[in-house]
Amino acid sequence: MTKTWVTPGGVHPPENKHQSVTMPIGHLPIPEKLLVQLSQHIGAPAKPCVTIGQIVLKGQKIAEAVGAVSVPMHAPTSGTISAIEDRPIAHSSGMSGPCIEITTDGQDLWIDHDPLTDYENASPEALLQIISEAGIAGMGGAGFPSAIKLNPGSRRPINTLIINATECEPYITADDSAIRERSAEIVEGIHILSRILGNPSKILIGIEDNKPEAIEALKPHVADTGISVVSFPTKYPSGGEKQLIYILTGQELPSATLPADAGMVCVNIGTTYAVKRAVVNGEPLISRVTTVTGDACGMNRNYETLIGTPVRHLLEHNEFNSDACSRLIMGGPMMGFSLSSANVPIVKTTNCILAPSYSEIPDDEPAQPCIRCGLCAEACPASLLPQQLYWYAQANDHDRLEAHNLFDCIECGACSYVCPSNIPLVQHYRHSKGDIVKVRQEKVVSDHARSRFEFRKQRMELAEQEKEAKRIARREASEKAKASAGKKTAPVDASNGSAAPASSSAADIIAAAQARAVSKQVSPEQQQAKFERSIAGAEMRVQMAAEKLAEADASLTQEQKNTLDAALEGAQQKLDQAQRRLEEHLEQHKELNEEQVK
Amino acid sequence: MIETIAQQPMLAALIAMVGLGLLFGALLGYAAEKFKVQGDPIVEQIDALLPQTQCGQCGHPGCRPYAESIGKGGEINKCPPGGQATINAIASLLDVPAPELDAEHGEEADVKTVAYIREDECIGCTKCIQACPVDAILGAAKLMHTVIMSECTGCDLCVEPCPVDCIDMLPIEDGIKQWHWPAPLKVADLIATDRTPQEASL
Amino acid sequence: MAFKQITSPHAHAAQNTSRVMQLVIWATVPGLIALSINFGWGSLINVILAVVTALACEATIIKLRKRPVAFYLGDYSAALTAVLLGLALPPLAPWWVVVIGSMFSIVIAKHLYGGLGYNPFNPAMVGYVVLLISFPIPMTIWVTPLALLPEGVSHPGLAESLSIVFSGYSPADGVTGATPLDLFKHSSGLVVEQIYQNNPLFSQGMFAGVGWEWVNLGFLVGGIGLIAARIFTWHGPVAMLGAMTLMSLIFWDGGSSNSPGSPLMHLFSGATMMGAFFILTDPVSSAVSNRGRLIYGALIGVLVYLIRAWGNYPDAVAFAILLANFAAPFIDNYTLPRTYGHTDRRRATEKEED
Repeated sequence: MTKTWVTPGGVHPPENKHQSVTMPIGHLPIPEKLLVQLSQHIGAPAKPCVTIGQIVLKGQKIAEAVGAVSVPMHAPTSGTISAIEDRPIAHSSGMSGPCIEITTDGQDLWIDHDPLTDYENASPEALLQIISEAGIAGMGGAGFPSAIKLNPGSRRPINTLIINATECEPYITADDSAIRERSAEIVEGIHILSRILGNPSKILIGIEDNKPEAIEALKPHVADTGISVVSFPTKYPSGGEKQLIYILTGQELPSATLPADAGMVCVNIGTTYAVKRAVVNGEPLISRVTTVTGDACGMNRNYETLIGTPVRHLLEHNEFNSDACSRLIMGGPMMGFSLSSANVPIVKTTNCILAPSYSEIPDDEPAQPCIRCGLCAEACPASLLPQQLYWYAQANDHDRLEAHNLFDCIECGACSYVCPSNIPLVQHYRHSKGDIVKVRQEKVVSDHARSRFEFRKQRMELAEQEKEAKRIARREASEKAKASAGKKTAPVDASNGSAAPASSSAADIIAAAQARAVSKQVSPEQQQAKFERSIAGAEMRVQMAAEKLAEADASLTQEQKNTLDAALEGAQQKLDQAQRRLEEHLEQHKELNEEQVK
Repeated sequence: MIETIAQQPMLAALIAMVGLGLLFGALLGYAAEKFKVQGDPIVEQIDALLPQTQCGQCGHPGCRPYAESIGKGGEINKCPPGGQATINAIASLLDVPAPELDAEHGEEADVKTVAYIREDECIGCTKCIQACPVDAILGAAKLMHTVIMSECTGCDLCVEPCPVDCIDMLPIEDGIKQWHWPAPLKVADLIATDRTPQEASL
Repeated sequence: MAFKQITSPHAHAAQNTSRVMQLVIWATVPGLIALSINFGWGSLINVILAVVTALACEATIIKLRKRPVAFYLGDYSAALTAVLLGLALPPLAPWWVVVIGSMFSIVIAKHLYGGLGYNPFNPAMVGYVVLLISFPIPMTIWVTPLALLPEGVSHPGLAESLSIVFSGYSPADGVTGATPLDLFKHSSGLVVEQIYQNNPLFSQGMFAGVGWEWVNLGFLVGGIGLIAARIFTWHGPVAMLGAMTLMSLIFWDGGSSNSPGSPLMHLFSGATMMGAFFILTDPVSSAVSNRGRLIYGALIGVLVYLIRAWGNYPDAVAFAILLANFAAPFIDNYTLPRTYGHTDRRRATEKEED
């Protein structure tokens, strides 16, 4: 017996698993229409690569993965694409999302696909490519693309592969029955995973002790393979990734890290079967085992269900009585979400459709005040204080919520389950988490807006200062010029001073300059003053830019600093140019004067 | 000396009180120096709470000037884009009671908006570009302009200057990505100040 | 087909707040029986009178606050507060004492703070302390235990008890007397052994005073039942009783004339067991985490002993619990449990202090 560890908290809700395992996994007739949701996984929704009216074969790719974190979608059976549009999808919000509708033709014709029997000799990269192309996303709950999970990179060598066969939620038996009937293929899938991960030293299948048949079914196949089947006492939520890792290894994953950071990969057992089918049979992920259960269904059973099958189709084939049904749940009674319509399709993560009667799951009673009895804290598997979180969630006190580690809540629902006051604690936490994330995003946006606003302000101030400086320099220079012109012209010539030097000049060399001077009616003195003016202006600009830059050193972003640097350089160049011109002018003027003197 | 003091209860009490006063005064003064909070100046902190739409609805040219005016003791209820949440945050920062939003400066919008230029009507006058406080409008004279959606704060300062009224403020629709669980209905909330009558179903 | 949209989890355990409150009320029955056997009809009359007053006050206030009355009365919290207050008051106390206490508990200590779940102090104890301070004389007259009544005198019957309570008719001589804790308070010159020998309250009792030991045993049984039913955890009561035992062991000094009494005497007289299992465990006003509850309980234990031994009042459970109520948020701040995946415990105010 392998040693296991015990997690804090946890609850023991009635299991209700026996109803759905009396019969083997069944098959349903192909529904008339399938609705393949384009976002069945964490990451970007897939992009359709078929057009309306196109005929597709079973297993044909109908949507491409977009970006790194995404998976492609495949036609679950042969038929015609009849719509690509938004439909209500499997999501807690009950909102619509992009879907591809296939009108099936009943032929169920496979597209050509190549099995890879010799996977022992295939490279991990090739295997990962197959898994990625097969559209496999974690089938336990969140639906994280498997190819990414199985490729943690060379920085994080994997020494432990954990197969999650816990299935701790009440009612659900999809994994249980799959193990009972397909243990050989599942173990083959585990071997493939092991090969991809570079043969980790420990391979553990974690399973609760309420599934003795499944444990027995696995045992002959894992003998002498280095894979150990570890069973542990049934307690909800042992199947949470973090909880399972602790139960099996005694290690806690530090907050906000992934199992791969600790050298572990945790894969749902349903995913291993999909991996085997993808690699050895060449079949993409187009169907999965789904439990249909609850007293509002006359028959409780597991089915190999095509992805995209409307929930309605499953219910109708199981003597569903909608009047008796208190709510329709996708997933289990602890973490599943309620559906507003039965037209929602089955997705890659749908392990259960639960249609309970009013006596099984009655309508929620109105919440009474929290009396801080602490039952929730006893039940919390993450050792949080749900009653305090509730208190602060009501007050929207985000700081305190984070100090109480709200984001370590796995939303397992154990606290709400035990709450004597019927407080929807998990919904409070979900709401607060959403709010906090939103506030964080808004903060990023507003910081960005602030920096843009401030940059703009600075730019405008700079322009304003430049204008102002120019104006001042112009005025000063013109005053100086006036004064100097007055002094010089008075004794020499009382008449129009500007004409005198121009008219008196006769030298050819400076004809051009002269002509310019005449046309602008500018005396050399004035010319000089003008140059001096531009020098003064440029000097001022250089000085200002330098000051700005010095001032800005500490507080500004690199981008802004670069701009200021450029401004300084520009001003410097202008100054140099102006000085050069003045020198030239003085040079010319001197020659002119000398000539005049001669 | 001590005896005389002891015989004069008034004097003893006086000396004791004054002495204690001096002692504690010195202690407090020391502590105030020693444990001085080296925080952001208040204006920075207020500015950080403002939504940075730079819309000027508060009567100040941008969020920071408004923050500065609050720092000098101005009203804190002049920011419609931030709404009551911002007022509450500033009130708790400054430790004052939170007033309601001053309707004179506008009403809190339910949905965020972004500016959208109907491009075939734009005449390329650049007036909106000059009005935009965050340089979110792209274009040049005689050329069509367009709004960079991700940069737009929804301040609607560009709407007024447009001579051909080709700018709309469009609400940002929350998609499934933005969705998060709403707060549960408060069925039996017991806050004394909450005066909403309970639903009849109970 | 349209279905309701409801957040997970969909399944709920059978426990609910009304049932918890009712269970606690039932768990006081052994104590109430012991009180009635040893001290007559007075406690039962107290309880009934207090419950009636409390429910009337609760209904009025809820009405004033425009809430659904039936829904809130159905949580039994007012009834529980009243039962505890009734049990704590001296039997045969005048009716107005009980009525004022209940009103104060419900109106001031509970609803003015926001109602169930929001009161920082235990309402029953607030009511009790207000009475103790305001009306010291009726609050310190206790009935003599049945076993010690003088020859020919018995506890007043139901009718007589009612007339004592409602018309101020005074009971026969010898029906009222001192409590074990009173005796210790007022017998400073004697060594413990002398007190035990001289006073029938101790000499005829088993270990902690005639009658009182049975009352405390009654509450102990009820309390253990509640722990077994997982209504609250063992941490608070055990910490309080442990701290009291430790304190009384340290200062026991073999029973000299300065000794404040033996551990057994302290554990089984006065309101010790009732405080430990029924008042301290009031979740609303206590610390929230198990570690916090250990500290909270120990604090109460120490305070009870300190006040009993050196304070002005013979018993101190109500004061100790109110003082600890003050400390509860402070204790909470420093006793957050270590969350999965974190190496350090956090403090609730950590973020604000940054």
